[in-house]
Amino acid sequence: MQLIFEKSVKGRRGFRFGTCDVPVKAQVPVKYARKDDAPLPEVSELDAVRHYTHLSQQNFSIDTHFYPLGSCTMKYNPKFTETIARLAGFTDLHPLLPQLASGEKLTQGALQVLYELEQWMCEITGFCAFTLQPLAGAHGELTGIMLMAAYHKAKGNTKKKYVIIPDSAHGTNPASAAVAGYETISIPSNKDGGMDLEALKSAISNEVAGLMMTVPSTYGVFESNIEEIARLIHSVDGIMYYDGANLNAVLGRFRPGDVGFDVMHINTHKTFTTPHGGGGPGAGPVGVNAKLEKFLPISRVIKKPDGTYALNYDYPDSIGYIASFYGNFALLVRAYAYMLMLGQEGLQQTTDHAVLNANYIMTKLKKHYKLCFDRLCMHETVFCAAFQAQRGVRAIDVAKFLIDQKIHPPTVYFPISVPEAIMIEPTETESKQTMDHFIQKMIEADELSKTNPLAFKEFPKTMPISRPDEVKAARDVKTSYFR
Amino acid sequence: MLGVIGVKSIDDLFVDIKPQHVPKSFHLPSGLSEYEVLRRLTELSLKNNVYLTPFIGGGYYDHYVPAAVGMLISRGEFYTAYTPYQPECAQGTLQGLFEFQSHMCALTGMEVANASLYDGGTALYEAMMMAIRITGRDKIIMDGGVSPIYRKILRTYTHHLHYQFEETPVVHGSESVPAGGQTSRQEIEKRLDKNTAAVILQNPNFFGAIDDFTDIIEKAHAVGALVIVSVYPISLGLLKTPGDMDADIVTGEGQSLGLPLNFGGPYLGFMCVKKQYVRKMPGRIVGETVDAQGRRCFVNILQAREQHIRREKATSNICTNVSLCALQAAIFMSIVGKGGLKEMAQLNLDKAEYAKQCLEKVKGVQVQRSWPTFNEFTICLPQDASQVVARMMDKGFAAGFDLGRYYKGMEKYLLVAVTEKRTKEEIDRYAKALAEVLCN
Repeated sequence: MQLIFEKSVKGRRGFRFGTCDVPVKAQVPVKYARKDDAPLPEVSELDAVRHYTHLSQQNFSIDTHFYPLGSCTMKYNPKFTETIARLAGFTDLHPLLPQLASGEKLTQGALQVLYELEQWMCEITGFCAFTLQPLAGAHGELTGIMLMAAYHKAKGNTKKKYVIIPDSAHGTNPASAAVAGYETISIPSNKDGGMDLEALKSAISNEVAGLMMTVPSTYGVFESNIEEIARLIHSVDGIMYYDGANLNAVLGRFRPGDVGFDVMHINTHKTFTTPHGGGGPGAGPVGVNAKLEKFLPISRVIKKPDGTYALNYDYPDSIGYIASFYGNFALLVRAYAYMLMLGQEGLQQTTDHAVLNANYIMTKLKKHYKLCFDRLCMHETVFCAAFQAQRGVRAIDVAKFLIDQKIHPPTVYFPISVPEAIMIEPTETESKQTMDHFIQKMIEADELSKTNPLAFKEFPKTMPISRPDEVKAARDVKTSYFR
Repeated sequence: MLGVIGVKSIDDLFVDIKPQHVPKSFHLPSGLSEYEVLRRLTELSLKNNVYLTPFIGGGYYDHYVPAAVGMLISRGEFYTAYTPYQPECAQGTLQGLFEFQSHMCALTGMEVANASLYDGGTALYEAMMMAIRITGRDKIIMDGGVSPIYRKILRTYTHHLHYQFEETPVVHGSESVPAGGQTSRQEIEKRLDKNTAAVILQNPNFFGAIDDFTDIIEKAHAVGALVIVSVYPISLGLLKTPGDMDADIVTGEGQSLGLPLNFGGPYLGFMCVKKQYVRKMPGRIVGETVDAQGRRCFVNILQAREQHIRREKATSNICTNVSLCALQAAIFMSIVGKGGLKEMAQLNLDKAEYAKQCLEKVKGVQVQRSWPTFNEFTICLPQDASQVVARMMDKGFAAGFDLGRYYKGMEKYLLVAVTEKRTKEEIDRYAKALAEVLCN
């Protein structure tokens, strides 16, 4: 498809601002002025509407296709939350208003949303306080690790150097720890998909600042030794970090705050179904127990004795500002609306049905694909294309086959500790019929790998493009129309 | 389905969660119907006052967003997709982001842009870390004209790391109106040395002053330091580009490019760099290539920089960017276009100038005129600005941002923003209301 820049016609306009109604014509002094007009496209509104509508049609999305992308929780994003997020009382609200003298009275509704959302999150996770500021899951991780660092600094724990992370973790875990100034120790998994306790024991020392752990793990397996792990980490005054990426698997059945975790983040685009947006924006609220509360970022939302809401900046031990304002508000308000609609029972059901659906697919496919851990799974299941690879068909080939079947592929090659991984997360919002269709197509892929493995190399054949030349993309770096 | 799995009940699927793991408490309200939720949230939205005529900016502006932008970005094919890991079924997102990168290069005059970062403040932090990585040095010089919010963010992230951080005061406008100054060449130059990783500047700066940093950048380069410039995209419809000034890294807040104010987010952090630094850049980058048939297509490139491949050795811990916001900005820039952006910037400039002229006539108000500005400027009031702002609310105005909140000794200074949306009548009423507030 042409780029919008290639559709440009000199002098064409898509939008006109009104005529200037003030009797002034100002000029930027030449020294400070740009030489030539910014070379943006010159198209009509219709040109742009057709262009971007056509572009959108080149995407698979939840609204158009089954999207069992493991570890990403691509569940349906209910439309009413979009309506709510677009209420003018939210969209038009300037973030600096509550920082003006008596400006809080202008934003009571927004502050109440934030306050109540924090309360809900505390009850769901068993923590005593939340900050909604982190702008994505990884941003939440970084915030959590900085809280860990603040704790150790305050305690005079000057030797803390390492953060322990299982090998099944998302790449953001070690990256967040490293950005915050820690070195990482990777712990292998045992044969059941849990953490290897012996390896953990040998890694424990006074230099351990804490441990980051996803429960259930990215293998879709619930860690059975949480208490023991927490005991080991706490024995050296380490901090237990719960990566809430998979919180959607345990709503109402397990709370990290109850079993020894000290801090966590939530990915609202997973558990609370805020839209993924083609790769963001996200939101990554961080919860803490009493040990870490005083270090939370500022500002914090408080409810005053008179029932009104306010921002409080007076926390001398706070790590400070981690973002410009109060979080990705438009996403937080969607999460809040979603929780209100589902309520306690509905939230528990999302977990129940997510786990039911994942186990159904796992059971149906395990005759055809090698299962990573042959046991009940939680909300997602990890296979590998080991049988198919022996026939010359790799996980990526199965993925490209599925694209031609109009199904978004599962996550492939993650967790990285599993060769040829195929990670499937159907989510609770998919019907049995949709899953049966997917299962059928996965079985067909397996059959085809036996009869005609070479056919896979040409997939996908029905899309606007076939497989891109990634080597050329990296070698001849071209990132803009202008170069 | 339970029968297929071979269990009797859903509870049987959760056997790994032991009895001692059962929540100590899980008490939430019962669910509501769609219209009950809508009613409740509508009520809450109405407890927010969005009806004050806004003259408040501070880096976040009340610009007009063409209706088509909101309609296009609401397409489910865009907003319910995820990160384009499978390029064959994500060309919409990928091409949209490639166009966004191209738009940002057009605006800033830089060679390379990434596909977005969280927001303007965190983008500046990422730029600073990038400069430290590139130079292997650890001293940062930051101009006092950089947003105080951004400066607080940078302090937080570097607090526990061992970097040398020096903030420089801006030039004072005049004895009576000290606010609103440009970057002090003297203050920057005396700190520049062989340890300097980067000089961080902002244009227009927080006081609204516009500048040409070419001279500072030349001096910084002479000692091997990089220069990071944070910019306000709409101003680039008229202002000299950071690319023209030879800046190394350009970041900024893209909210003004078609995004609602949304009480602080989601916004749009962006980053542009010189081509030689592309492999050191954080965040996703979309590149052009060809498919097996030689057709042009787009993919995520240089992923070996990123956390999902490099883990603890990645250039940043960033996973998600703000794709949808970047796409929204791309649509905005396409619809507004070359002529529209210039027209929009000119309206901001003209209306701000008219507001200055009106406010100069208000008794007791001094308008900062020592430096040129774009659409935001500083005025000095005869009394505490925060109190004036509070009283202006009763007259229907969000009158501006009182600088005393972030700058000690500037309690009488007010930062006033005037966008293309403000009418002559609103500006006239604003001046009149201010006169009334000041004489009472």
